[in-house]
Amino acid sequence: MPSETLELDVAAKLGAFELEAALALPLDGITAVFGPSGGGKTTLLRMIAGFEKARGRIALGGERWLDSSRRLHMAPHRRPIGYVFQDARLFGHLDVRGNLLFAARRARNGGATVDNVVTALDLGSLLHRPVADLSGGERQRVALARTLLTDAKLLLLDEPMSALDTERKADILSYLETLSVPMLYVSHAVDEVALLAERTLVLADGRVRAFGATREILERLDIQSITGRFEAGALVRARVVGHDPEYHLTTLDMDGQPMVMPMSARLAPGDFARVRVRARDVALATARPQELSIRNVLSGTLIDLVREEDSPFAEALVEIGDQHLRARITRASADDLGLAVGKRVYALVKSATFDQ
Amino acid sequence: MELGPIWLTAKLAAVTTLVLLALGTPLAWWLAHTRTRIKPAIEALTALPLVLPPTVLGFYLLILLHPGSAIGSLWVQATGDSLTFSFSGLVIASVVYSLPFMVQPLQTAFAGVGRAPLEAAASLRASPLDAFVSVAIPLSARGFLTASVLTFAHTVGEFGVVLMVGGNIPDETRVVSIAIYEHVETLRYADAHVLSAGLLAFSFVVLLVVYSFNRRFPVHAI
Repeated sequence: MPSETLELDVAAKLGAFELEAALALPLDGITAVFGPSGGGKTTLLRMIAGFEKARGRIALGGERWLDSSRRLHMAPHRRPIGYVFQDARLFGHLDVRGNLLFAARRARNGGATVDNVVTALDLGSLLHRPVADLSGGERQRVALARTLLTDAKLLLLDEPMSALDTERKADILSYLETLSVPMLYVSHAVDEVALLAERTLVLADGRVRAFGATREILERLDIQSITGRFEAGALVRARVVGHDPEYHLTTLDMDGQPMVMPMSARLAPGDFARVRVRARDVALATARPQELSIRNVLSGTLIDLVREEDSPFAEALVEIGDQHLRARITRASADDLGLAVGKRVYALVKSATFDQ
Repeated sequence: MELGPIWLTAKLAAVTTLVLLALGTPLAWWLAHTRTRIKPAIEALTALPLVLPPTVLGFYLLILLHPGSAIGSLWVQATGDSLTFSFSGLVIASVVYSLPFMVQPLQTAFAGVGRAPLEAAASLRASPLDAFVSVAIPLSARGFLTASVLTFAHTVGEFGVVLMVGGNIPDETRVVSIAIYEHVETLRYADAHVLSAGLLAFSFVVLLVVYSFNRRFPVHAI
């Protein structure tokens, strides 16, 4: 089934802040909305939901939500969206169960069932608690559950897991991935973005700075100043070859080159793993180094090199097979090694993490 | 002990409170959410009964409602009854007089609820009316209680407007405060004592209830 598209061409002015965005968002899977705070992420979500006045057009499939030239503005409650607010916004006069039923009763056709989300988000013991007694993390779980109960065609999630611990987050992320509802997921955390999203939208200063496949966005150098203050890096795919329980290592095959990583028992031989490599964990060499503690030495071609002005650093993009790694090295090394685009290099990967 | 004025006062206060719940709620809601520039003017109008002498209010109401006036003659045609010096006229006068006691606490309560829960309700498919009934009203419950109790008590305590618009007709317009006035005028101090002490106790208890519940919804002229 071809997926629908959310067509956006909107502009809004809120005080001194202006937001402009024009894009066609395929409605399947998860799209991360990423960027510095004050960049317009929440405003964009609020315009899609209909909470913020905007000029322009918004349409989902053939259904028009906004067309300011025809003075058309569909009321928020008629738009088939679900919204998880950053501040949860649970109803204080209802207990947890009451909050969930509020959503379930108004879902027109289906959505998840209450039992289902209660189990998935582990809310069983909270059902009869007043919401005022919940911790920040518990509130976020209830808010997420409440939204999942609506029959939304599109979920708008504004940092829905900022108050959750890592373990809980991982559980919920894997549950979100099993849902077939498309999501726009606002996050500060590049790890969350890398883990979840097929597509990433980068917003800064009220403008769309980049929009595309997450892997490409994360390795693009020109948005480095936006993503850089989080963790610059790259995502690669590698096939699991096997485990070495004695040394507690997993061997991977990345486009024909071997890679070893701390063992992940969740992966089976033959699986494809997503591996996140931070730019600062990658060093470069022009010859294959010998007698080195680093075990992952991948040969590739330098395809981009950006020297950062007024900084000791340079960012290099290395192509390995048809995948890319970023390396953060000093400008001095780049010059000493005579690095130039097209040159054969060896990427020394000091450490990497599995994404799932 | 005369029950007539007490019963009439309770009836007047109850009817006034119900009418003001119906009229004051939308007005307070609008005031809490509007961004119009005339909002201060509407707020000032709403607060006028707090500062005007009851005689001024009563005088204008008399002019507005007497059988020769537009409204008054319409009412006579429709009901065969006069609006002035009748229970219906008293209700209208009390609604005007007690308006700020209903609107101000409600407006404060609605503003306190804010837009956030309403947006959450809308994102869960609740229409604006649904969100108002199932979210805004329960979250403003204390505001409703305060507003209703204050409106009721303030109506019980009115005198000047009643005297101007209603006069002193037994079982029609002779409320407790008028009865006390008449007792004092005719030197029946014992009867005046009973009713006065009753009103004093009633008013104290009402205020005690309001202040015990909360101090969040004050009524103020400015």
